[in-house]
Amino acid sequence: MSSDVALQAVDLVKHFPTGSKGLLGRPDKSVRAVDGVSFTLRKGKTLGIVGESGCGKSTLARVVTRLIEPTSGNILLDGVDITKTSGKDLRNMRRQMQMIFQDPVSSLNPRHSVGQIIAMPLRVQGLLDEEHSNERVKELMKLVGLNPEHFNRYPHEFSGGQRQRIGIARSLALNPTVIVADEPVSALDVSVQAQILNLLERLQSDLGLSMIFIAHDLSVVRHIADDVAVMYLGKIVEIGPAEEVYASPAHPYTKALLSAVPIHDPSERGGPGRIRLQGDVPSPIDPPSGCRFRTRCWKATDLCGAVEPPLQAEASGRVVACHFPEETPVSIGKSPE
Amino acid sequence: MSNTAAPVLSVQNLRVSFDTQDGTVRAVDDISFDVYAGETICIVGESGSGKSVMAGSIMRLNNSSTATTEGKILVNGIDVLTASEEEVRGIRGSEVAMIFQDPMSALNPYFTIGKQIAEAYVVHHPGASKREVHDVVLAMMIKVGIPSPEKRIDEYPHQFSGGMRQRIVIAIALVNNPKILIADEPTTALDVTVQAQILDLMMSLQKEFGMTIILITHDLGVVAEVAQDVIVMYAGHIVEQSHVDALFHSPTHPYSWGLLGSVASYGANKRGDLYTISGSPPSLISLPAGCAFHPRCVHSKGSGNACMTVQPKLRDVGTDGSRSACHLTDDVLISIGRGSDRS
Ligand SMILES: Nc1ncnc2c1ncn2[C@@H]1O[C@H](COP(=O)(O)OP(=O)(O)OP(=O)(O)O)[C@@H](O)[C@H]1O
Ligand SMILES: Nc1ncnc2c1ncn2[C@@H]1O[C@H](COP(=O)(O)OP(=O)(O)OP(=O)(O)O)[C@@H](O)[C@H]1O
Ligand code: SF4
Ligand SMILES: [Mg+2]
Ligand SMILES: [Mg+2]
Repeated sequence: MSSDVALQAVDLVKHFPTGSKGLLGRPDKSVRAVDGVSFTLRKGKTLGIVGESGCGKSTLARVVTRLIEPTSGNILLDGVDITKTSGKDLRNMRRQMQMIFQDPVSSLNPRHSVGQIIAMPLRVQGLLDEEHSNERVKELMKLVGLNPEHFNRYPHEFSGGQRQRIGIARSLALNPTVIVADEPVSALDVSVQAQILNLLERLQSDLGLSMIFIAHDLSVVRHIADDVAVMYLGKIVEIGPAEEVYASPAHPYTKALLSAVPIHDPSERGGPGRIRLQGDVPSPIDPPSGCRFRTRCWKATDLCGAVEPPLQAEASGRVVACHFPEETPVSIGKSPE
Repeated sequence: MSNTAAPVLSVQNLRVSFDTQDGTVRAVDDISFDVYAGETICIVGESGSGKSVMAGSIMRLNNSSTATTEGKILVNGIDVLTASEEEVRGIRGSEVAMIFQDPMSALNPYFTIGKQIAEAYVVHHPGASKREVHDVVLAMMIKVGIPSPEKRIDEYPHQFSGGMRQRIVIAIALVNNPKILIADEPTTALDVTVQAQILDLMMSLQKEFGMTIILITHDLGVVAEVAQDVIVMYAGHIVEQSHVDALFHSPTHPYSWGLLGSVASYGANKRGDLYTISGSPPSLISLPAGCAFHPRCVHSKGSGNACMTVQPKLRDVGTDGSRSACHLTDDVLISIGRGSDRS
């Protein structure tokens, strides 16, 4: 592995047992939340992950940070396989890799003051005494745009947006090298989103931070990501330099996803070129045979139902899992795959 | 906005404050507006500007012992704030229904979704037969686009994806055919194809049921898609209320200019810093004197001392129905507003 790789995921799988028994002689049914995902996070770069609700983004994030165990597959952090680490090594790894959560409300302990919440990682790691950690906490609060005088307050006294800043401050407490951010700005209004995105980008270039950035807002991902992976029903369907993926999506799902982005101006209402996908994502317990997108895809043929298209580089250089990818110009950048 | 019919909702001089150990938080500070039948009104504004507290007041949800609420909220001629518990229960669900950003918090993890939709219905239809309730629940699930509803009616919330859960929450909210639906960031936790579906769903149900929608969102793209009127809030105040086209093409408040500028600069590809409004929102315990926005406003020198000393009142600006709470003259607001037109 080359040294410019911060983190690599190799064929990660996470299945959740449902408890309901399979038919006689068949294995129990399980939710195939992440079902064979490989990607590379380049050092100092941001990999955006986008995809439909329920496609496995949060599960992937939690597997990658070892908050939950993968069913199979490997995670390499700085070239070292961390899939099996435990004890002190695991604590050390946790220090290097921090997560910012999707839901700022449930990720903050309501009985702890903001100061205690932000200092928690420092305490757990036994890094700082009370006095120094208070200083560090105030510094972190300032960094994320919170009033440091409020360190004695409790989460319920803050608005949704302010709570997300608390989560971000906590994740930065240990100076991690890799940040996995699961919808970190979704609950923030735009002027604050812009500040947080600027902040994350500044931290990234100052500290050489590498970041996995999950968001459903495609324009946010476009702004912050160097590479982007598009997930559908537990799999990556397309991955590549953000510029290319946005300019000329190769997978039909990517194309549909991009055309669902809200307009920027009311005068564009009812404009042309909208692809409205029918239906919802099929159940990850029983994904469709062959290509998992075929039940919503306007290009699907019998081949798509019979043979699963592998994620591979096309002649154009674009990395996509589709039997009939959209026409794209020849790729300029090297793919992150 | 001029309108001859009576409003379905009239909020008059609403103030909501919370006592905390550090002092009194003035979350909503003298807000008035009217909403008319069938309208879609969007509420945008800084995080912490009081949108959720304001929306909660309409359902009388801010009844913690630390909350103080003043003013009037008239729904169907009844003042929600002074009505009896029984009257409020009658209003909740059947006159005004509310959905939230996090569908999980609105759903009980221990009951099937069928039971939860049924319960909402039975509250306002106590005499309904089992059969009727079952039919209503199934019909509602079909309306909100849950595939194979007969199968899923007996499933639990955790067995649904985020988008599906929000559909269920919408089904619960609409099962009693409310006149007003308040949606507090209903699509914020969802990705775009599902967001597009949920918005389409809300808009088509609005047509079908003829209800009024009050949509709280921080996504100006969503505003551009669905709003007729837009209310912009800052630090517990309404700073601008305008028709959606006016807001996007000739906004009339410095905060609106900053807000629209932040989005505009999302631009095409990865590039430098995004435009932001400098500084951060004020403490609601000690609001700045005068205009609450003045410490962050680059135009606050334009009106002598007024911005620092006198709180600007919401007033009509120009002729397209826009209202703005800013001391700058109409001419200045209109010309800078047009200049910041992003199209
Ligand atoms: N602990 C669990 N047990 C069973 N199923 C689970 C569990 N956690 C997640 N799932 C299921 O795994 C799938 C992927 O969920 P996940 O939360 O990763 O999706 P997501 O892409 O983050 O969605 P969203 O955009 O809504 O946050 C979903 O079908 C979900 O219901
Ligand atoms: N129970 C409470 N006690 C003290 N302060 C509160 C309470 N509830 C809300 N607040 C404060 O009131 C203000 C308004 O909060 P509100 O939740 O209405 O903001 P919002 O506009 O909905 O923000 P967001 O966009 O982040 O959801 C915030 O400053 C918040 O901290
Ligand atoms: S009143 Fe003054 S400070 Fe407030 S927004 Fe207008 S110009 Fe700025
Ligand atoms: Mg998620
Ligand atoms: Mg809110």
